[in-house]
Amino acid sequence: MANLAKLSLSEEEELMYTGQLAAILDHARDIMALDTADLLPTAHPLELRNVLRRDVEAPSLDRDEVLSQAPAAEGGRFMVPRILGEAP
Amino acid sequence: MMSSTVGLGAAEIAELVRSKQISAQEVTEEHLALVRLQDPVLNSFLQITDDAAIASAKAVDAKIAKGEDPGELAGVPVALKDNLVTRGLATTCASQILKGWKPPYTATVVEKISFAGGVVLGKTNLDEFAMGSSTENSSFGPTRNPYDLNRVPGGSSGGSAAAVAARFAPLALGSDTGGSIRQPAALCGIVGVKPTYGMVSRYGLIAFASSLDQIGPFARSVKDAALMLQVIAGHDPRDSTSLESGVPDLLSDIDRGVEGLRIGIIEELIDGVAPMVGTAITEAASSLSAQGAKVEHISVPAVRYGLSAYYLIAPAEASSNLARYDGVRYGLRVAGQDMNETYISSRTKGFGPEVKRRIMLGTFALSSGYYDAYYGKAQKVRTMIINSFQKAYERFDVLLSPTAPTTAFELGAKAADPLSMYLSDVCTIPTNLAGHPAMSVPYGLGENEMPIGVQILAPALGEVNMFRVARAVEKGSPLIPRKLFWE
Amino acid sequence: MAIPMSSEAAKEFIPGWEMVIGLEVHCELKTRTKLFCGCTNSFGQEPNTNICPVCLGLPGSLPVINENAVELAVRIGLSLNCKVDESIFHRKNYFYPDMPKDYQVSQYERAINENGYLELPLSKKMVRIERAHIEEDTGKSTHVGGGGGRIHGADYSLVDYNRAGIPLVEIVSAPDLRSADEAREYVSELRAILVASGASDGKMEEGSLRVDANVSVRRQGSREFGTRCEIKNLNSLRSLVRAIGYEAQRQVELISSGERVIQQTRHWNEDQGVTTAMRSKEEAYDYRYFPEPDLVPLSPSGEWIAEIQGRIGLLPAVRRERMASLFDSVSKGSTLDQIVTAVGLGLDDLVVAAVESGADPKLALARATNEVASDVGNLANLTVANFCELVIMESEGKLSATQAKTVLSKMLESGSGPQKVVKSLGFEALDASVLEGLVDQVISSSPKEWERFSMGEDQLSGFFIGQVMKLSKGKADGKVVTSILRSRRA
Repeated sequence: MANLAKLSLSEEEELMYTGQLAAILDHARDIMALDTADLLPTAHPLELRNVLRRDVEAPSLDRDEVLSQAPAAEGGRFMVPRILGEAP
Repeated sequence: MMSSTVGLGAAEIAELVRSKQISAQEVTEEHLALVRLQDPVLNSFLQITDDAAIASAKAVDAKIAKGEDPGELAGVPVALKDNLVTRGLATTCASQILKGWKPPYTATVVEKISFAGGVVLGKTNLDEFAMGSSTENSSFGPTRNPYDLNRVPGGSSGGSAAAVAARFAPLALGSDTGGSIRQPAALCGIVGVKPTYGMVSRYGLIAFASSLDQIGPFARSVKDAALMLQVIAGHDPRDSTSLESGVPDLLSDIDRGVEGLRIGIIEELIDGVAPMVGTAITEAASSLSAQGAKVEHISVPAVRYGLSAYYLIAPAEASSNLARYDGVRYGLRVAGQDMNETYISSRTKGFGPEVKRRIMLGTFALSSGYYDAYYGKAQKVRTMIINSFQKAYERFDVLLSPTAPTTAFELGAKAADPLSMYLSDVCTIPTNLAGHPAMSVPYGLGENEMPIGVQILAPALGEVNMFRVARAVEKGSPLIPRKLFWE
Repeated sequence: MAIPMSSEAAKEFIPGWEMVIGLEVHCELKTRTKLFCGCTNSFGQEPNTNICPVCLGLPGSLPVINENAVELAVRIGLSLNCKVDESIFHRKNYFYPDMPKDYQVSQYERAINENGYLELPLSKKMVRIERAHIEEDTGKSTHVGGGGGRIHGADYSLVDYNRAGIPLVEIVSAPDLRSADEAREYVSELRAILVASGASDGKMEEGSLRVDANVSVRRQGSREFGTRCEIKNLNSLRSLVRAIGYEAQRQVELISSGERVIQQTRHWNEDQGVTTAMRSKEEAYDYRYFPEPDLVPLSPSGEWIAEIQGRIGLLPAVRRERMASLFDSVSKGSTLDQIVTAVGLGLDDLVVAAVESGADPKLALARATNEVASDVGNLANLTVANFCELVIMESEGKLSATQAKTVLSKMLESGSGPQKVVKSLGFEALDASVLEGLVDQVISSSPKEWERFSMGEDQLSGFFIGQVMKLSKGKADGKVVTSILRSRRA
């Protein structure tokens, strides 16, 4: 999990989190027993449909203002350390 | 100590400013002076924006001088939870990963407050990324309860709640994903409202769990809370989940009383709460009966499963929402040998333990092989909870429960056991899952001489009735006979 | 865009083996703005000047779907005979620096368009379309130092988010294609459909059309599928054909030597002409798809779908029929190929207009699919009226074939009308009496050749035409010269 979430844990932390997550998931067992076969999942509380915007241009941000917040930038681009592989 | 406007409500201050009895600048300076003097102890603000505050107060005064309407919050000091983005003003979410980040844009609600003449005093403390119930998870130190500095103010919007309770500002904004407005309001003895999902724009609210998050007001009176909600509510084309129902008129009917309203006390949420909290609910119910409401007990069985469903759904959404803090475009970067190492070192250094815990929990709930058993199941339980509420609202106009199972606990009391901390949200979580509105109204003191909150729940867009009942509870409630830490 | 070949050669592969190919085509939609924000959908701007809180994924920002992107996606679905239905968006979670939110908003379980088909124009084969769904594009990384612009060995990378959030539709075919040439025919036809429906400009060279190929092989006659590999980075039809050929060959060799094909994603290396492994299925990334909570479902009404249907232009199949009707018989061979090419390149309107104004159909088709097709980048310089005039001049014999070709090329280059170009090149047809004079001049200066020609050595007509051409400085029409020669011999 830590790897997927791009986090690194010390052994001590790993032990602590494993225990805590187990306790939380154990508590969640109460819902595992529920019969939900007839229920549809709710991903969102609203029943809205088709919320759309017109295809109309809006102003973009000022590049200097955006890049001033970047950890590193060069030539108008965000600078990142070497990438080891193509996107998954 | 007490200056002329400190301690006054928002409506009163706006009236004084509009009628030129006092300038917005004076009001602002009085409040800022108190914050400067007392907040170092309380730690409710992460940033005090004096210059910007004075500038907006002057703008309000200039409008008044020109005979223009400065808006319904004319000169009213407002505190903002620091997960609302403000252009050019550091916005941190109380996280090291966003330390010093100055957003290039402003949240819709903040624009609305400025447009209404409100004066932003600063950004308030919170549990990192709004994850917590005590504000102890802030990476900039905990906020304390203004009635007892050894106790927590609740959370995650603990900074906003403490600031309003401490009279630093008559109004504040928080965000509520599982109770993060209502629970600290209860623990600090003030009013806190979570509106219907979609009533207030989320544009510019840094997301914790997008399908649950909603912005809402803190105030010291039900009417001030209504005033603030009317200012921030309304459709926003920048938020696809924003309702087009318009701004509700909450104030016209607020004093109409509760004659004939059907009110149900949720049995499942009374079970196991602290004795004095339980008693307070019974007393509030009697008071409502006495004012003409029809009050009964009702079972809403599925609310029992709210906590379990919530602690799968909210972390799942959070694990995705918080992926963007990767050290590339803004915020903290801890450089590694390559991109992947940089991701890992930045996120490991930048996030605190509770955030990491929830990211891992959510990553797990969504991972292949577990999705159906955890996230998928939780979504179905969410449907079950909605159905359960729907059934209850066939018989009742509003529902009643405690806001939190206990009064404010001591700092550190629950820090080592996440599950016990999560249990403090047991009463508030079900409404977030349903997308319904709910609010907390203070009702005297309970265990340890700390405030108790009564929660009023309503169906989607049921805010008008909810505020009527809240006002009635407020009218019947005992005062809080206790001094603030600085009094 | 290459001219589609007849699919006769398509079946030729290693005897006894068959390829099974499915394609995933990403197509950029021709909207004014991005999928979820008002930044412009344009190409070639200064880096990071076309970004806003939404497409940069800044904390607190929220997406709102572009109505026109939905319309164009529906146009694609309808053009591919798909069922257009209620759909939702999911988040596809993975970390990568060109992804501003570290998740991509895409459609996963319920796509807007599902279960359609496309008919290949030459072989008339039906290729099933599984889905055509909407998603957002990513930003673009430039790799600096070391490996000369390549990701491997670079010192660091620079990211530009201008492209992040551009609307895409991904069109996924069933594994129905059986050769590299069929794959090419499919992509050419799909491209023509995307352009004709107004959904995309279909420019593969600018990356607005990107293809991934799923390739497997099996023994001829087998009904089971082999293990497939997905090939990425196919930036042209040429790469597509080469990569599929290479990959299928590789798989056959593996199996023939007793080894196993491993399901994996492979990268096409254009320079070396090989595919190389990126990662295997065992290392498949866990994307943790879940419904995007910041968006609500799309549910285009029947009424809206009907409106959109009405706005789709003539599709390639209809255009080809329209062109075929101009000819007495179009069975197979060159005319059909030319029709497919003309429609594929969007030149059919030119041909139809020319024929309607009196030009010879074959001539009009030939000029369109040769001269115009080879300079399609300058198509904007050519008005329909000018093209018609040119082809009619040729049809009426006012210009020789060689002259007409030269004039047309100049017209495409300069944007001028045919009269002007003809004048500037001095191509006005010579007066018949002048031409006769020239012919007589050549006859008298070459008596021996004339005697042989008169005795029936027809092959010498070329010599005389050449001489007349020389004297006329190329202005003579070969056909007219031939007829004068014949009349003199009689």
